[in-house]
Amino acid sequence: MKENKGVCFTETPEQKVQMDAVLEQYGGDESNLLVVLQEAQKIYGYLPIEVQKKVADGMGVSMEKVYGVVTFYSFLRTDPVGKYNFSVCMGTVCYVKGAGLINEKLKEVLGIDDGQCTPDGLFAIAPTRCIGCCGLAPVMFVNDDVYGNITHNDVEDIVEIYRKRAKNL
Amino acid sequence: MQNKVNIKINGKDYQVDAGITLLEACKQAGIKIPTLCYLKDVNELGACRVCVVEVKGARNLVASCVYPVSDNLEVWTNTERVIKSRKTTLELILSNHNQECTSCVRSGSCELQKLAYEYGCDGHKYEGEKQQFLEDVTDYLVRDNSKCILCRRCISTCEKRQAVAVIGANERGFKTNIGCTFNKSLNDVPCVNCGQCIVSCPTGALRERDNIDDVLKQVFDKEKFVVVAPAPSVRVALGEEFGMPIGTNVEGKMIAALRKIGFDRVFDVNFAADLTIMEEGTEFINRLTNGGVLPMITSCSPGWINYIEQYYPEFLPNLSTCKSPQQMYGATVKRYYAKKFNIPLDKLVVVSVMPCVAKKTELKRPYQSAADGYQDVDYSITTRELARMIKRMGIDFLNLADEKPDSILGEGSTAGLIFGATGGVMEAALRTVKEVVEKKPLEKIDFECVRGTQGIKRAVVEVNGVDVKVCVASGIANAKVIMEELKSGKADYHFIEIMCCPGGCVNGGGQPIQPASVQNSVDIRALRASAMYSADERAVLRKSHENPEIIQLYKEFYQEPNSHLAHECLHTHYIARKK
Ligand code: SF4
Ligand code: SF4
Ligand code: SF4
Repeated sequence: MKENKGVCFTETPEQKVQMDAVLEQYGGDESNLLVVLQEAQKIYGYLPIEVQKKVADGMGVSMEKVYGVVTFYSFLRTDPVGKYNFSVCMGTVCYVKGAGLINEKLKEVLGIDDGQCTPDGLFAIAPTRCIGCCGLAPVMFVNDDVYGNITHNDVEDIVEIYRKRAKNL
Repeated sequence: MQNKVNIKINGKDYQVDAGITLLEACKQAGIKIPTLCYLKDVNELGACRVCVVEVKGARNLVASCVYPVSDNLEVWTNTERVIKSRKTTLELILSNHNQECTSCVRSGSCELQKLAYEYGCDGHKYEGEKQQFLEDVTDYLVRDNSKCILCRRCISTCEKRQAVAVIGANERGFKTNIGCTFNKSLNDVPCVNCGQCIVSCPTGALRERDNIDDVLKQVFDKEKFVVVAPAPSVRVALGEEFGMPIGTNVEGKMIAALRKIGFDRVFDVNFAADLTIMEEGTEFINRLTNGGVLPMITSCSPGWINYIEQYYPEFLPNLSTCKSPQQMYGATVKRYYAKKFNIPLDKLVVVSVMPCVAKKTELKRPYQSAADGYQDVDYSITTRELARMIKRMGIDFLNLADEKPDSILGEGSTAGLIFGATGGVMEAALRTVKEVVEKKPLEKIDFECVRGTQGIKRAVVEVNGVDVKVCVASGIANAKVIMEELKSGKADYHFIEIMCCPGGCVNGGGQPIQPASVQNSVDIRALRASAMYSADERAVLRKSHENPEIIQLYKEFYQEPNSHLAHECLHTHYIARKK
């Protein structure tokens, strides 16, 4: 996994208070590491190196131990989620029908890798496993919006929809 | 008496200790079971499934390294099913393994290669997708994950023996890989460079950074004057690389081999260890009598220096300012020897042979260049590299006649020799400090109280009516215990010896690698150390300050221990570093 160089981590005072409370409650016992990381993700939304360092120091374990756990569980993220999350289904049917190409095109258009978020915090790419609507294959989700029967040629237009939406916010 | 249980192995009855694992029981019964991930007391996971056996009543084969014995257990260790399963496991490991045994540094000592051979594996039976592997190349160590079998012996060693825990398993499933946090290089995490992970690794995934070609290039260069000196521990381990029993002292052959390789002078780090005792002993007496910072902690082990600089920088003033023996040797060659024999510094190359990989980074540290602009030591190779060099140069090691090192800088006392074992520096220092302070010959030269392979030893030694409290620790996990004692203000030691590697340099990260089967059953550290203590017992010259070459060196050059010139050449500074 690459370190995200795009988004700078900042911590609000509330987040700090919440996190300190979590470490106060669970710190010192290594077996709580997963719980603490889940709580930390709830507080910060993701687990960048700064948060992992905090957890390591607070729990008295090494940085590598924390990183090993974070990369082991797919529900723990080292990159922030974007305002708009692009998930291309990578199930077999979608894949056969060109989901791979669509995802590649997404990466190219947004200039980021799987699991990453654009520096402005707007867009993220997170391919997903089969979600069962194979009749629409290939399928892409943008948050709760569904786009079915698309090809990689549609990607730029779809991204444009959300660029506009973001501007009008 | 310990409780016993009755078990049946391969149809025969045995009585074994209760509470042990099946693997240990089979060992007690003299039955060999292969293992890959198992490292006694350190890595007991049952993960590799090479040690499987059949247990009556169990549907699946069980991993014997984690299966407890119980009364009336019936086990089969070499049925068709067991053998087939092990073979398949090995073939699956090989399917994702970079099989370049022909040139692999571990060829011949690799535990995977040996088992694949014994089980008649087809290395290409399962051709699968190969992972994209990361390589981490540092000045002291190389990790090549394409040869990693994910046994996790390195991880457990780093975490349990060294309490450093900078490596671990990242990602999961097919993508699982050994690495550091955020996939950083070992250079960028607080690794202490000890190389203990290398010695734990069953394969060629971890190895020292090889400097053989660099050194041979200098040796072949007719213009260069290349000198070499082996550390105390090298001579009690080098023989293992040539099939000799663990604990054989091959000092004479080692010196002869170094000459045959073509080094212009062969010195001995035992001499530099004596020099260290002169400087460090004097520094200790001064601190003790003039109210200096106590406890004073030894500084010979660069892995330990890497640890304290990053983890306990508040205690840097406690470190002796003495350079390590390797660096004192280099400094003395470049300042004293070069001048005495008119050797231009740009033609002079200083090489050391060490049981250690941290020595490769120590020589690049700041404040380690007594001759301005010239590193004290140019290259440091490990015992393992020396063995390969001897083989490459076509030297018939086993049949070499013993030789002696060159004079001056070649003669060492056996106080210098025992530096290689935990407690050795302390004992060598006590021999000199007590005799110098009391101004009368020691009644007893042996300080048994600081000997032995225990991780932590504490003793009180009377010196001129004063009770000197000493402590000896080896392995960073033990060093950490002592540092926490100091931090809490509970400790009242005067003098502490710390070695980074468990058991001291005899068990260094650059020493010959014995397979887990041997590591699990014999105390390699004790065997190698005993070769030192028995040489010490037989020796005449057993105190550093009585070494005639040391006396001559001070007369001709340094004048006296801790003199201005000695400080300039033989002492150093430390740097607090952020983790
Ligand atoms: S690690 Fe072992 S099996 Fe792999 S290439 Fe090296 S010698 Fe061969
Ligand atoms: S060299 Fe020592 S500290 Fe560094 S990773 Fe290996 S065992 Fe850990
Ligand atoms: S690097 Fe070596 S010791 Fe570590 S997991 Fe891989 S094979 Fe095992």
